[in-house]
Amino acid sequence: MSEYILELKGITKVFPGVKALDKANFQLKRGEIHALMGENGAGKSTFIKVITGVHQPEEGEIFINGKRVSFKDPKAAFEKSITAIYQHGTAYPYLTVTENIFIGHEKLYKSGLINWRQMKNNAKRLLTRLGSNIDPSAIMGSLTVAEQQIVEIAKAISTNAQIIIMDEPTAALSKRECEELYHITERLRDEGCSIIFISHRFEDMYRLASRVTVLRDGKYIGTWNVDEISNEILISKMVGRKISQIYPKEKTTIDGEILRIDGFSKTGYFKDVSFSLRRGEILAITGLVGAGRTEVCQAIFGISPPDKGNIYLEGKKIKIKEPLDAMRRGIGYLPEDRQKQGLILNWSLVQNVTLSTLEKFKENGRINQSKERRVAKELLEKVSTKANSVYDKASGLSGGNQQKVIVAKILNSDLKVIILDEPTKGVDVGAKSQIYKIMSDLASQGFGIIMVSSEMPEVLGMADTIVVMQEGRVSKIFTDVENVTQEQILEAAMGSSPDNTSWRG
Amino acid sequence: MGDATNSSATRIISADREFSIRRFFLQWEWMLVAMLLIINAVNVSLSPNYANFNNIMNAMRDFLDKAIVVFPMAFVILLGEIDISVASTMALSSVIMGISYREGIPMPTAIVIGLLTGTACGFINGIVLVKFPELSSMIVTLSTQIIFRGIASILLETKSVGGFPTWFGKFGWGKVGSVPIILLFTIVEAMFFAYLLHKTKFGRRTYAMGNSTTVSRFSGIKTGSIKLTIFTFTGLFSAIAAVFLASKMGSVRPDVARGYELDIIAMVVLGGVESSGGKGNILGTALAILVIGFLRYGLGMVNVTSQVIMIIVGALLVIAVAIPNFKESIGGANWYIKLTSIGKQFNKR
Amino acid sequence: MNRLKRFFFANIREISSILVIILLSIFVEYRSGGNFLTVENISDLLTETAILSILAVGMMMVIITGGIDLSIGSVMALAGMIGTTVLKNNRHLSPLTIIVLAIGIGILSGFINGTLVAKLRILPIIATLGMMNVFRGITYIISNGKWVMQADMTPEFMQVASGKIFGINNLVVMAIVVYAVGYIFLNFIRTGRKIYAVGNSEESARVSGINTVRTIRLAYTIMGAVAGFAGILYVAKFAVSQGETAVGYEMNVIAACVLGGVNISGGTGRVQGVLLGALLLGLLNNAMPLIKISSFWQEAIRGLIILLSIIVNSLIQRNVEAKALRRRNI
Repeated sequence: MSEYILELKGITKVFPGVKALDKANFQLKRGEIHALMGENGAGKSTFIKVITGVHQPEEGEIFINGKRVSFKDPKAAFEKSITAIYQHGTAYPYLTVTENIFIGHEKLYKSGLINWRQMKNNAKRLLTRLGSNIDPSAIMGSLTVAEQQIVEIAKAISTNAQIIIMDEPTAALSKRECEELYHITERLRDEGCSIIFISHRFEDMYRLASRVTVLRDGKYIGTWNVDEISNEILISKMVGRKISQIYPKEKTTIDGEILRIDGFSKTGYFKDVSFSLRRGEILAITGLVGAGRTEVCQAIFGISPPDKGNIYLEGKKIKIKEPLDAMRRGIGYLPEDRQKQGLILNWSLVQNVTLSTLEKFKENGRINQSKERRVAKELLEKVSTKANSVYDKASGLSGGNQQKVIVAKILNSDLKVIILDEPTKGVDVGAKSQIYKIMSDLASQGFGIIMVSSEMPEVLGMADTIVVMQEGRVSKIFTDVENVTQEQILEAAMGSSPDNTSWRG
Repeated sequence: MGDATNSSATRIISADREFSIRRFFLQWEWMLVAMLLIINAVNVSLSPNYANFNNIMNAMRDFLDKAIVVFPMAFVILLGEIDISVASTMALSSVIMGISYREGIPMPTAIVIGLLTGTACGFINGIVLVKFPELSSMIVTLSTQIIFRGIASILLETKSVGGFPTWFGKFGWGKVGSVPIILLFTIVEAMFFAYLLHKTKFGRRTYAMGNSTTVSRFSGIKTGSIKLTIFTFTGLFSAIAAVFLASKMGSVRPDVARGYELDIIAMVVLGGVESSGGKGNILGTALAILVIGFLRYGLGMVNVTSQVIMIIVGALLVIAVAIPNFKESIGGANWYIKLTSIGKQFNKR
Repeated sequence: MNRLKRFFFANIREISSILVIILLSIFVEYRSGGNFLTVENISDLLTETAILSILAVGMMMVIITGGIDLSIGSVMALAGMIGTTVLKNNRHLSPLTIIVLAIGIGILSGFINGTLVAKLRILPIIATLGMMNVFRGITYIISNGKWVMQADMTPEFMQVASGKIFGINNLVVMAIVVYAVGYIFLNFIRTGRKIYAVGNSEESARVSGINTVRTIRLAYTIMGAVAGFAGILYVAKFAVSQGETAVGYEMNVIAACVLGGVNISGGTGRVQGVLLGALLLGLLNNAMPLIKISSFWQEAIRGLIILLSIIVNSLIQRNVEAKALRRRNI
């Protein structure tokens, strides 16, 4: 028997126009947790889909227990005891938990009919084994993200999988839920499963994995024992260069309140949120995913107005019912999901940049397209977008450059306040520092900036004021940023202090 | 290394659109032009008298009542929506116009009442879709389709109303010089919609919504009012088409224009408007009107029954949507499929 | 007690449908002066509803996959026309042969629809709208504009729709059988569950190794088979087959599904709900003449029912979501 339960050699996968994987290698030992890391677009997702048989590689070989195999469809991989828990849940929202667990490998009576009773009992047993008391007859869509994640794991182990792939399982989980997931993962390993763990968080890797493999631009960079590689080297392997100074925060003069939120509440999302923003200030809103940060920002911008509460712009009370109202008043919003909310991917850059400000290009009832082109060119150059022409399609740009196009888009409106929701999420490190530079420039020009972020270093590196949210409420506001530690913010975000836990019920 | 900030700061982005001869000729519209030429060549060979100006004008008068609804329908489909109720709206507005006239209201006022009825029908579709964005336009207009025609049959049962003043017949039959009024109207309408779609903010925003309603909302576009406007327009133009149709037929019945929605949607989709929205233009749509119109006329000339024409139009609708998808699912690089798929994006659900 | 409560909430939709049916029956009985709740009328009602309810099972599967089939009225006409035309020229053929032939034609039509939707990825509404006209056109061509009359059919054939088993009309018996088969297929057979899986999330289904193309095509093919079957029953019942057979019948069927709680955007729907939806619609159709509503009203009322029930469905859904938000206690 081979030392490796799974081995991939020289895998190449080409999509129209891109080489997603270029001679990638991978070796998974029996009973290990192996971290797979790389920036967005490094080819991790494609790599997994090759292992699970969703994609068929053009070149390369796959070995299981030393025997060469090839998967023509997901079923073939499934029969070799390989299963994956995907980043974007593969759940069936209207079906029950039981069915979600057993779909594709239902328990049958001898007659060929589905044995619901046995499936339900097994589901209950699996969930109990994972330390969860989810009701197997509950409808999947009514569960929380964390609960759904657990069901996905139950689904994986229900197939007696030997190789389990977890694609960013912790992305949407709170700290406490992460801990739970770590325990479950370790238990699976101890029971003999081999696990490939994909994550952006270094924390996950150090906590769980024994080895780590890095991919970059579809290429295999290397594999190391986790305890033998430093954070710094790992980053440089992922990025391909060293990053020295990534937070180009300049001292700016902060004066005069520009925006004040007072008593913002929306049933089920957030309650009694109040803070104020000054000219030239970068205010970070942080907290766990699901704490209501994005919802507050979208309420300010008018996407889904609050049930209660007031907004004051430069001291005057204003009403915002829809995004157009916000934009007319000078409030801009860079959405969290740039591909679904920020850009029309099929469109050229120029059309994307001018979409929200068409009013400005109107002449005698029609759009002045040459002016449109000129303005778009200037703006795109200003934010140093890597593109050849303003007619390039937005879909062809990398994540970081797409983000810059959206920044150009909001810069075209006459703004006073800019809300940036996770501006560096899924952006590679090089583009990240450029975005920080732009933020810093904007602040020094007198804009008020609200930045929603989950990344602690980013919050500490860029913000003048830090608002921490927890379960829909503001749990703490730090103004003396110089002396704030990561631990203090985490504590406020998790709500470990007694007066915060009391209302949770 | 280090600071990556300035490394690309001086990059120049081109703002010139290069003209590509290849791209110019690989447009779906050329395909439609070719179809149009072939159809007309066949028509000429079938009937030597065909290639006569008056004859062609008369042929156009036959199908242009549908064309009036095609342009607003193109907007609906560009938006990623559909409106099945247009033919029923035509029926209801012409019936109400007819009844108003029968009850002694002067014809001009009756026409206005008819137009208002159509506008109201479109507004109802629009307002339901705006208030309930989770409902698909397919099911909503499917039900209003039955409701509108149902109301028409409640009002008129199986009877018909006719005896309109002679001047009313001019809409359908009249000519300015030797050009039918309905053709002039359609040309002006096409130019209006082409301008609206290709030159104005409204058109740009329509395209944006067809690509992504979410992005449009986040970009400060009043998505609800655009949707409402487009559906209301569709209702209004259905009513205008109904006026021309009633004028041509000289009477109104609850079952007029039955099945028109098929021809109208087929014309839009054949014209290169992507059935899932976001892509297409007015030129293609106008060409497709002529293609289907002259095809019908030619088939009628050689006494092909209306049932066979029904099959052909139905099949044409399906094929027009299928061709670009064909390449994707079969994976072939056949030149024909390649050629025909240019200019149309694959429509993914 | 807890179990009872759970059963109640899990089936709240069906229970409220039953309540509506009961209340409506009482109302109609009262307004019609006792002409509604007679054995004869109820048996009429069930017979009239049988064909509709058979079709609704097929339509439900299509809607669960996120699609729709507008061509079924035409498929019914086509299958009925081919079946009766063959019978007219071969009077010795048994009714069973004709039924099998009609189902075969339905399967072929459904397979074409399914291929267009699943394989060529044409929007269901456009594909089936186009095919609706194609099938209807073929029916006209086969009929050559003529009707197949009662005299052209054999008595055994018409007996299929008018005969009785144990005092129950054949059509009702067939509907019961179709529902039993449909119930088992959709709840206890893996292929049936795949239809739900695809309707819930096509992407997930693909990733978990379900052949989505085949599954969606199957739903349309079943719909076609059911439509072929219903078409031949339809012409046997009315003892006439013509080009205009079952024009617009698809709307009845869609109405039954929507009334039965099938989510028009796919993913959910239950056989028992659809049965009640079909009964409710059948009851309305039956009751309107009894309480002296002109037949001209029926079309508009049917449309209004569809519109109102989809709106009510979404209001219920919104309410559920709002409740879930309040439960979060923020």
